[in-house]
Amino acid sequence: MSGEEELQSNVSVASSSPTSNCCVSGGLKEHNYLGLSDSSSSSVGSSTLSGLDDKAAISLKATELTLGLPGSRSPDEKPFFPLVPSKDEVSLKNGNKRAFSDAMDKSESSVYTEKDWMFPQGVVANQSVMKKEVTQNIPKGQGSATTNSSSPPAAKAQIVGWPPVRSYRKNTLATTCKNSDEVDGKPGSATALFVKVSMDGAPYLRKVDLRSYTNYMELSSDLEKMFTTFTLGQCGSNGAAGKDKLCETKLKDLLNGKDYVLTYEDKDGDWMLVGDVPWEMFIDVCKKLKIMKGCDAIGLAPRAMEKSKMRA
Amino acid sequence: MDRRFPFKVLEHIFSFVDSNEDRNSVSLVCKSWFETERRTRKRVFVGNCYAVSPLKVARRFPKMRSLTLKGKPHFADYNLVPDGWGGYAWPWIEAMAARRPFLEEIRLKRMVVTDECLEKIAASFRDFKTLVLTSCEGFSTDGIAAIASTCRKLRDLELRECIVDDLGGDWLSYFPETSTSLVSLDFSCLDSEVKLSDLERLLSRSPNLKSLKLNRSVTLDVLESLLRRAPQLVELGTGSFSDELDPEEIAKLTKALSELKQLKSLSGLWDLLPEYIPLLYSLCPRLTSLNLSYATVQMPDLIDLLSRCSKLQKLWVMDLIEDKGLKTVALCCKELRELRVFPSGADLDETDVTLTEQGLVSVSEGCPKLESVLYFCVQFTNAALVSIAKNRPNFRCFRLCVMEPFAPDYRTQQPLDEGFKAIVERCKDLRRLSVSGLLTDKAFEYIGVHAKKLRMLSIAFAGDSDLMLHHLLSGCQSLKKLEIRDCPFGDTALLENAAKLETMRSLWMSSCFVSFGACKQLSQKMPRLNVEVIDEHPPKTRPDSSPVERIYIYRTVAGPRLDTPEFVWTIHKSPEVGVSRLSIR
Repeated sequence: MSGEEELQSNVSVASSSPTSNCCVSGGLKEHNYLGLSDSSSSSVGSSTLSGLDDKAAISLKATELTLGLPGSRSPDEKPFFPLVPSKDEVSLKNGNKRAFSDAMDKSESSVYTEKDWMFPQGVVANQSVMKKEVTQNIPKGQGSATTNSSSPPAAKAQIVGWPPVRSYRKNTLATTCKNSDEVDGKPGSATALFVKVSMDGAPYLRKVDLRSYTNYMELSSDLEKMFTTFTLGQCGSNGAAGKDKLCETKLKDLLNGKDYVLTYEDKDGDWMLVGDVPWEMFIDVCKKLKIMKGCDAIGLAPRAMEKSKMRA
Repeated sequence: MDRRFPFKVLEHIFSFVDSNEDRNSVSLVCKSWFETERRTRKRVFVGNCYAVSPLKVARRFPKMRSLTLKGKPHFADYNLVPDGWGGYAWPWIEAMAARRPFLEEIRLKRMVVTDECLEKIAASFRDFKTLVLTSCEGFSTDGIAAIASTCRKLRDLELRECIVDDLGGDWLSYFPETSTSLVSLDFSCLDSEVKLSDLERLLSRSPNLKSLKLNRSVTLDVLESLLRRAPQLVELGTGSFSDELDPEEIAKLTKALSELKQLKSLSGLWDLLPEYIPLLYSLCPRLTSLNLSYATVQMPDLIDLLSRCSKLQKLWVMDLIEDKGLKTVALCCKELRELRVFPSGADLDETDVTLTEQGLVSVSEGCPKLESVLYFCVQFTNAALVSIAKNRPNFRCFRLCVMEPFAPDYRTQQPLDEGFKAIVERCKDLRRLSVSGLLTDKAFEYIGVHAKKLRMLSIAFAGDSDLMLHHLLSGCQSLKKLEIRDCPFGDTALLENAAKLETMRSLWMSSCFVSFGACKQLSQKMPRLNVEVIDEHPPKTRPDSSPVERIYIYRTVAGPRLDTPEFVWTIHKSPEVGVSRLSIR
């Protein structure tokens, strides 16, 4: 259990800006999720974090997020070695995306955990602990919208090579969908770029034109305006136990929109925190937006995690 | 007895034996049949490029005219095989260039092909006619230029879903002005623009051109000019189908399309706009093959198109077709033999697309000749599978991908065991099967008992124990390729059924619980299997009991391969070699 405690204590000493929890070896990386990344990185020792150091530089290459072994591929989904017992959780999957997106979606490992398949005893303790933690935090509400059954929510296709669609097709479609989004906006020109915005618990989706903003602040304030009416309805309407308590006591925060996290789905289908990449790049890759509760989002807002820990 | 007499007779008889499987059987009868057969075989197929050495193949078949090779395991398509794994075409090209200069056709799938390979081909085979590369990588447009410029008798140049280092569209200009032999040209996977005038001139001087597949950068406004120069086309893959055309251009294009009297197959259609669909109507009544899988066209627009395609035999489409669209297909496309429905990438929980199991049920009811299906769907039911099996016992290929791992029958919450049981029980000719959804060992018991003609089986996230593997290896008599990922079986079934593996082409297992120790045992027990472990750490650092992440086992007469990268380890055959020298490099 020591590994888990260590992890949490690291979280509590983080600075006021939100921190992303990246891997079990305890290294943390700070960044603002509605602004640009901090130029200082707090990577610790582990070689798996070295790729994150480059994030600070605002360049095309730098914004290719890699989370895996040094020298491993850029995010065109080619995991080098998805599974070695001593490696951390994240590299189990399509390890080139940030921990947030991995943790957000039903990962391969949590799929295992559901069926009680833990790895054979020989595995490093850290590993199993990380799995458990991830499992607890996966919001059960995710992905249950369309499944009629009461069975566990759908894995959101963050497993390597699943669903089994050839990369060629995936890549082609990614470009196709982008093109048709643009065409939908205004025929014959790319002046409008509409993306859907959904919010956990909101009764319907909205659409925003990304090109009508010039930076993240504008986007976020507009979204706040759009979705404030829903926040009051949030508390108590959520099914999962434990969250209700949290929401009631943080009503003020809800209204201010501070306990919500803005995320987006990129061309590869992965969910990322908004704000990490330069604005121009962001509107190029963003396919959809989603406003999630801070407590739903793992490894995000340490304030939320901190608060939830304190209340627990 | 004069041996030439039987030889001539045998030779004549064997000339009627086309299928390589039959030829393989023929060559086992006796030495003289082996000799006769090998001297007469023209088309050579090697399903696993590491199963045999290029030199042996080159020597064995002196009259070889056509070579087909496959390299990487199928799961490489889904990023489960790291880059650099292998599958290099070079040793084969080199061997053939030296010994079989009359080789005319080379077809490669999932192999690494370099520009050097392509240049070697161009330089070595005087009568070279056909190059088909499917899912290959490692070459650039320079290599293609070499082929185009040097192969005087080139008939077919097809690049299907390859990853090409695209240095520009100049390669097309390398076809000499004198070349008039082209029959098929497929450059749909390339990115950059080719010069329109080069393409127009090439088409004008290629009266035999039957198949043309353009890439996406060929815009709609130039399509008419191309089609005018190739009205004899049988297969057309358009470029992008989305530019704004003025009414005059639309009229001209409509006319050009309607002039394609021989056209049977249509694909491409990238970015197809709904308002352009009527342009295709004139083609529909003759179409036997339609690939809409890159056209993000939504429902109501598809109905008008599909309802006109009464001769359609092959349909590839996205799940945007929905159940309604498939109902139309069931009503109108009575000749349908093959259906593939791909996911459009909509979020699993936010899908606006109503494609359910009902769509496939309708098609199985309405299309009596349907025999091959690939269907991606969010969830399924046993009842649907049973209906489908009842309706269509003539399936040869049934690949169902329930996209939610472990999804049970969403109505009954039961595993999909009974559904797949119905499929294998009724479809006696089933050659290829992919299963998905929640499945227990029982499902595999059914498959083992009933799927006697099954050659290829793909499994993911299924089963409970070693029994599942045991049922398959001990039951499926015709099994040749088995690929499994994320299933909870361990060593027992694998070791018990080791002998079976030599009757198969290959076995892929990833994220299962097979241990290093078992791999060692298997390798020692079975001398003609290569047991390859894909792992970044040297096996010597792991205890025997630890699970191996990815294992690829295949039969071979060529011994361990010599081109393994540092993350692939061939388990040593010799038991006295200790753990410290577990691999051969």
